[in-house]
Amino acid sequence: MNKRINIQKTYKLYIDGKFPRTESARYIKWQDSKETTLVNVCRSSRKDFRNAVVAARNAVNGWSSRTAYNRGQILYRIAEILEGRREQFMAELTLQGSAKKQAEKEIDQSVDRLIYYSGWADKYIQIFSRVNPVAMPYFNFSYPEATGVVAATAPEESSLLGLVSIIAPIIVGGNTLVILASESRPLCSITFAEVLHTSDVPGGVMNILTGYRSELLEHFSSHMDVNAILYCGSDPEEIRLVESNSALNVKRPVVYPDQDWSKEKAQGPYHIMKTQEIKTIWHPIGV
Amino acid sequence: MQSGTPTYTRNIDQVNAQERVTKLFSRSIKKESKIVALNTVLSMIDLTTLEGKDSQGKVKQLCYKAAHLHDQFSNLPNVAAICVYPPMVPVAKKALNGTGINVASVATAFPSGMTSLDTKLEEVKTVVAAGADEVDMVISRGKFLQGEYDWVSDEIAKVKEACGEAHLKVILESGELVTLDNVRLASDLAMAAGADFIKTSTGKVSPAATPSVVLIMLEAIRDFYKQTGKKIGMKPAGGVSKAKLAVQYLVMVRETLGQDWLSPDLFRFGASSLANDVIMQIVKQSTGVYQSTNYFSID
Repeated sequence: MNKRINIQKTYKLYIDGKFPRTESARYIKWQDSKETTLVNVCRSSRKDFRNAVVAARNAVNGWSSRTAYNRGQILYRIAEILEGRREQFMAELTLQGSAKKQAEKEIDQSVDRLIYYSGWADKYIQIFSRVNPVAMPYFNFSYPEATGVVAATAPEESSLLGLVSIIAPIIVGGNTLVILASESRPLCSITFAEVLHTSDVPGGVMNILTGYRSELLEHFSSHMDVNAILYCGSDPEEIRLVESNSALNVKRPVVYPDQDWSKEKAQGPYHIMKTQEIKTIWHPIGV
Repeated sequence: MQSGTPTYTRNIDQVNAQERVTKLFSRSIKKESKIVALNTVLSMIDLTTLEGKDSQGKVKQLCYKAAHLHDQFSNLPNVAAICVYPPMVPVAKKALNGTGINVASVATAFPSGMTSLDTKLEEVKTVVAAGADEVDMVISRGKFLQGEYDWVSDEIAKVKEACGEAHLKVILESGELVTLDNVRLASDLAMAAGADFIKTSTGKVSPAATPSVVLIMLEAIRDFYKQTGKKIGMKPAGGVSKAKLAVQYLVMVRETLGQDWLSPDLFRFGASSLANDVIMQIVKQSTGVYQSTNYFSID
């Protein structure tokens, strides 16, 4: 008989622990360079973003009040599941134009990076906390706390390693996240959402959208319920937009210029601190 | 069409009701119409606090909020009324003096209604004497489900009598009536017995106001109007906390009952957190920026 009918995957969004289609019913045709595969990727609207922010806001308290140790465990779990999905990521990375060896290396590094930040989960707070000498009868100390809801655009060129390098330090610090996947290489990001979904990450902690950055950046940066915006890219116009819109509700703007995410400096505890706020406590003591 | 005793309908097509709800709720309201709708919703809200822990301070705060929804926006309407427990009526009355906002009080052993008729009537008279403009009573669902419809009807009529000048809203508690047929019958009974408004729920039972229940009650009001010429009001309560849903209800009202009912005199929302969501949408419409609850009053 004939060969089997080809079953193709529907690439949907990841919002609030579910995989909805975009409410706008729009899509973008995505094709690999050899034109072997055609995928309809959701073109998210501002309302999809709004829904994702509501989900992220609802998830903040639960996620940030988990123990640091538990957040580390969950990050480690993500790495485990990612490792097990190696073949699928290999296929998608090569479809997106990576050479086989390159793809292999990117997956290795992505898993390692998750493990790396998993280890930092219950350590970065000690490193960045301090006791401050004050000339009054107070025990005065400062320590980092999650900023809250973070909106981010993922690196354009590095669709898996770049995505992981942005996501891991944000969530390990107790933030929740809405991230816009790479526009030109969107496939890995949704498959990565499936990894998150099976890794004990509570719904709403990470939300992944696909679509046009030019359309959504305005809303990412102006939304009053977003506490920090992380922008990956080097377009001066867009950076200006992000920074000026951030002033509306004094959200924290973070800019990562285009870079090689496989480098050593693309990871480190200082990346966690980009989306942390320092809280200082004045605790009365006897003289 | 004959006048006099209304006929009771007990053959609700549940599937049809669902379909009609889906159709009405899929309508998209944009731009200017949306702003008008949102402002109308605000003016229809019965800002409600019905908790055992309600204190005078909480009620005063709510009354202040009722008259100052969001002072940065000067042309917002006030809400229609404040809805409180009987002991809070004097507090609310004093706090709302001069604002034109009504005081509504729940009565008749809200939310269960499980006490003697005399006690209920006494409670109604007390709240009316204390200055309540509107009384929200609960029907005796137990009696209703036992089939003692006349008893339920008589009770409503007596409460109406005890209300005097005050408006009477009759809470059916649709979540406990189970079927749409029962909801329709209870609506017909309440209207015939003298209700000025019929109201879905206490907010203490789940499910509270569901769209199909609201539709059935609106249809009951429409049929009652055709038969008797009397306009009865409607109040969905409980579970309406988002502006989008509230606007969808306005569509349903407009399509079922017509323009006359799009007024706080004939349509209300019983809600505690709806007002803030509506204001956030209004601010969003005027600034173009999605809002955060951080910048609005605490419910």
